[in-house]
Amino acid sequence: MYQFNYLRPKSLDEAKKLYENNGDAKFLAGGQTLIPTLKQRLAQPTALIDIGGIAGLAGIKVAGGAIVIGAGTRHNDVAISADVKKSIPALAHLASHIGDPAVRHMGTLGGSIANNDPAADYPSAVLALGADIKTTSRTIKADDFFTGMFETALDEGEIVTEVSFPIPEKAAYMKFPNPASRYAMVGVFVAKTKGGVRVAVTGAASCVYRESAMEAALAKAFTPDAVANIKVSPGNLNSDLHGSAEYRAHLVTVMAKRAVAAAT
Amino acid sequence: MPGVSMTVNGKAVSGEVEARTLLVHFLRENLRLTGTHVGCDTSQCGACVVHVNGKAVKSCTMLALQADGAQVTTIEGLAKNGELHPVQAAFKEHHGLQCGFCTPGMIMTAVDMIRRLPDLDETTIRQQLEGNLCRCTGYQNIVKAIHAASLEMKGARA
Repeated sequence: MYQFNYLRPKSLDEAKKLYENNGDAKFLAGGQTLIPTLKQRLAQPTALIDIGGIAGLAGIKVAGGAIVIGAGTRHNDVAISADVKKSIPALAHLASHIGDPAVRHMGTLGGSIANNDPAADYPSAVLALGADIKTTSRTIKADDFFTGMFETALDEGEIVTEVSFPIPEKAAYMKFPNPASRYAMVGVFVAKTKGGVRVAVTGAASCVYRESAMEAALAKAFTPDAVANIKVSPGNLNSDLHGSAEYRAHLVTVMAKRAVAAAT
Repeated sequence: MPGVSMTVNGKAVSGEVEARTLLVHFLRENLRLTGTHVGCDTSQCGACVVHVNGKAVKSCTMLALQADGAQVTTIEGLAKNGELHPVQAAFKEHHGLQCGFCTPGMIMTAVDMIRRLPDLDETTIRQQLEGNLCRCTGYQNIVKAIHAASLEMKGARA
């Protein structure tokens, strides 16, 4: 790692001030992606502002037909939450399959979506459930949040504070994990919501995206057969040593079919 | 250099570290607690697992300063009054180690999983071990040892 200053603010206001006064600073939440990135010298921030200990950033509540999760909530706490398991079991299932138990004790929801790794799990839930992302300055709709590979609508110094997941009628997440990293080779989150069916795909392309042909087919009939024959174009999908774009395209259909079958 | 203080195995410790010092290096180099190992250094193998505030974490993927003020337990802190912890005893009894390099992390992960999931079966143990690698591939006996320890600890609680 290159040298950096470590700062631990007690409040979001203090975090924001430190960000403004410390050049090329970065926020540190759980650190499960940022620290490995720094170890590989892929980033050289002047300061790390550790928001992991700010009171009030972690917690889960049920409010107005939604599950509201604080950005600092660790993956394991989402995975074992009785409220999440009851209202959106697909979300608890997703959280329980991120990385491994030790990673889940540290990694946070806010950190995951702010980083927007193309193969991360959480972005698919946020997009498929049509969640609202609350930040230090505004509320951003899921459809506007994920803008590209490791890119989001967040401005400089803006911090995610909580994510509100509307409770769907039915949902499920199916992922085909890379056997070494547990990141999604392809992960498909299917949600039947009041506003229609939403299908979000992670791991397959440079950024999480919605598979609109599948959404249209599932709106007519919410059955595995409705998506079984939908061929996904490999045109914009990732090709790497783990799998070709054609392989991933095939997996999108297979995972979508399994997700619809599993939806509860 | 910034100062850091924490409680390690019940003892208050402090030191000066660079901001970039990892928790595992603070434990090994400053405190000379070399039971915690650095295996892959990429948060995959789990040889560096310790408990921070009662939860298993990978100490190669945490800054020492992040643990400022925390309660840390390492493999050296498990045995009490010269008696092995039930998980350590089970690893010995069931030959849950070959070369032994992954063992500290395996045991710390096992203690954490038994605390979280008192009713462990073989499938769950294998799933919960996904963040710990044994290059001797000695998983059979590791799983057996964890299962035995979980039953024994459950009996002790009853």
